Amino acid sequence: MSFLQILWFILLGVLFSGFFFLDGFDYGIGMAVPTLAHNEAERSQLIESFGPVWDANEVWLITAGGAMFASYPNWYAALFSGYYLIFFIILIGLIIRGVCFEFRAHSPLEKKHIWENTLAGGSFIVPFFFGIVFISMIKGMPFDAQANMNAHFFDYINWFSLVGGIALTLLCYLHGLNYIALKTVGPIQKRAQQYADKLYYVLYAGEVIFALLLLFQTDFLRVHPVATILCLVLIVGFSVCAHLSVRSDKEGLAFIMSGLTMVALVVLIFAGLFPRVLISSLSPKYDLMITGASSSPYTLTVMTIATCILLPFILAYTIWAYWIFRKRVAMPRVSAASK
Amino acid sequence: MSIVSLARFQFAMTTVFHFFFVPFSIGTAFVVAIMESIYVRTKDEDYKKMTMFWGNVFLLSFAVGVVTGIIQEFQFGMNWSDYSRFMGDIFGAPLAFEALLSFFIESTFIGLWHFTWTKVGKGLHLFFNWMVVFGSMTSALWILTANSFMQHPTGYVIRHGRAEMADFWALLGNPQLHYEYGHVVLNALLMGGVIFAGLSAFQLLKKRSLSDQNRNIYKKTMRIGLWVMLIFSVCGIYLGDKQMIYLVNEQPMKFAATEDLYKTTGDKAPWTVIGFADTKNHQVKARIDIPDMLSILSYHKTTGAVKGMDEVNQELVHKYGAKIDGNKVDYYVPVNTLFWSFRFMAGFGTLIFLVALIGLFMTRKSSQYMYKHKWTLWVMALMTFTPFIANTCGWLITELGRAPWTVYGMYTIAQSVSPNVSVASLLISNIVYFCLFLTLAIVLIALIVRFLRNNPTDDIDYGYSAKVDPFAKEAF
Repeated sequence: MSFLQILWFILLGVLFSGFFFLDGFDYGIGMAVPTLAHNEAERSQLIESFGPVWDANEVWLITAGGAMFASYPNWYAALFSGYYLIFFIILIGLIIRGVCFEFRAHSPLEKKHIWENTLAGGSFIVPFFFGIVFISMIKGMPFDAQANMNAHFFDYINWFSLVGGIALTLLCYLHGLNYIALKTVGPIQKRAQQYADKLYYVLYAGEVIFALLLLFQTDFLRVHPVATILCLVLIVGFSVCAHLSVRSDKEGLAFIMSGLTMVALVVLIFAGLFPRVLISSLSPKYDLMITGASSSPYTLTVMTIATCILLPFILAYTIWAYWIFRKRVAMPRVSAASK
Repeated sequence: MSIVSLARFQFAMTTVFHFFFVPFSIGTAFVVAIMESIYVRTKDEDYKKMTMFWGNVFLLSFAVGVVTGIIQEFQFGMNWSDYSRFMGDIFGAPLAFEALLSFFIESTFIGLWHFTWTKVGKGLHLFFNWMVVFGSMTSALWILTANSFMQHPTGYVIRHGRAEMADFWALLGNPQLHYEYGHVVLNALLMGGVIFAGLSAFQLLKKRSLSDQNRNIYKKTMRIGLWVMLIFSVCGIYLGDKQMIYLVNEQPMKFAATEDLYKTTGDKAPWTVIGFADTKNHQVKARIDIPDMLSILSYHKTTGAVKGMDEVNQELVHKYGAKIDGNKVDYYVPVNTLFWSFRFMAGFGTLIFLVALIGLFMTRKSSQYMYKHKWTLWVMALMTFTPFIANTCGWLITELGRAPWTVYGMYTIAQSVSPNVSVASLLISNIVYFCLFLTLAIVLIALIVRFLRNNPTDDIDYGYSAKVDPFAKEAF
């Protein structure tokens, strides 16, 4: 295993972390639009709070996908073809979510609810099914020596993956609530904090069940005992910190902590997989390893140089964009909410 | 139904639908940036209204372009996993660069451009606009780098049973890329001109009582659109011609098919203007020929033989064998589709050039002929739809003309498909995509039509204008 292979394994983890940290709250707010807001003005307020940034946040996913294709083509090929229908559903979710912003803005008032509900639906589908993918993946999937997966319904959907999907969705929802608390003013801000305060208890229960299932359903504890325990502790620890921050009105800190909870989850998955990228439930000798799945050293070098040059710029203008939109979004006057 | 044909259908459907919006967005972003540049330069409020008004059309199309683009990146792994394994070492890098360099810029700055009309200065706002143009134009570069490799592989070695990148600069130095990128991106810019000129014509036609200011803004848009059409149709025709000459040697089968040529010609090759290929008997029926013309088109001189498909097929059989992986192959491509696609593409390209030239003449200050006559406005309005057809035809030629290969001379379509995806899965996804695309198209068109009931001087508020609370503390 070479340095570059390990580097790109870590970088993929970084990209997925970036995706969940940033786009995670977009899904949360998307789900909050029909569940948290009480009227059209509040729904507009919520959509305005992340309207300018959601598209760039989604690019983290596109980059993660492209980088996986480039650095680990065999992982990409096995994962995406093996999870055909699940990724198909995720794509539908991404599509219907992505068009809602412009479509809603241009729809007459009486039809805006269509797009608000579509937005919420898409925002639920994506994190839920990503949870299914990642959690069933670490449990092990039936694929052969060529890494061609032929799995049944219950390989994808089982208690463990369902708990994972629900937990990830809940995390995104909470992350979204924390963003709303940070970026808005008025009644909706307080309501977001109240919701979050209650939901964190549900999350604790989910995390405990998830941790127990993880210990019994995967080989993580056996292969990487220290990293696994550490990550689980971090996940719970960050959740508690986020919860305490919500209660003490530290909106910024709560948002960062709920983001870090998801980062810790990604780290748990990647650390537990190492040095494998996919685990075969048929036989350990079919496991797809970092060494067998990666690109050539030349391609990894090219990718590393390009990333080193471009990533600082990306981070710089991303931060700049958030800085420009640093003001809190107020509730629009109802008459101005639409035309 | 086989998984290969279903996966191919899906690829065709998703890319064609996606490619309705890609050049649409690139072109309209560019023309909107020109409008805003004029505004910043002249401080004429009309141009600001024009920019904001047409910017909405751009944003609507961009939304559909973005979401249909995500499918493309996922479907290589989903439908073409063996291709991804074989080609990932080379193919993945341009996709990753596209995201890192282009998509981040495009989507960050489109958010900034969209929502900061009242927040930042004119110059900075204009900068956001040009960054969006930069992002969209470079994204085309990276994806076409990947496509050009598939058309004409360069800078690779076959190692460990797959194609591995040996020279990154050879990927970018691929001559195929230079023709293809120029052709695609210039025609995308052209499309921006056609869309705005055409939509302005629609607006002038359907609005009986327009204020002078609005009428003026539409007329100015028309002039900008027509100039863009003229400049880039000349470039487009020039590069299209270059690309075809390049094809004569690099992909003779594709070239011969676009000209309905079965038998190798004599030294003076006649050009078939129209004809129907009988693919069973290798004959062309109902044809109209122009003598010597094909030699002129292929070599820019009056003599020069052009190879027919029968001879090219024999050469390819000799070179690559009559069987690949135990499956019998022939190297013929869908002749009639290519032949007619080429005629529609080149025909519309030429038409756009002519309309732009005559249109500019008819809209000059001293004439205004176009605005006084309904039929000229109708011609202009109907032009709006031509780039969509021409673009689709162009891609059909490029992609179908590569058969039976995914990577020319290296890897076939039949080898590329995912072996473990079931027919049922593919069927479901095809049907759902089809219905979804249909819905998106209908909604998008309805919303654009609805939006165009407005005029640039109307106070259009989509609930986006800055409603920040001036007294609240800042979030960060």
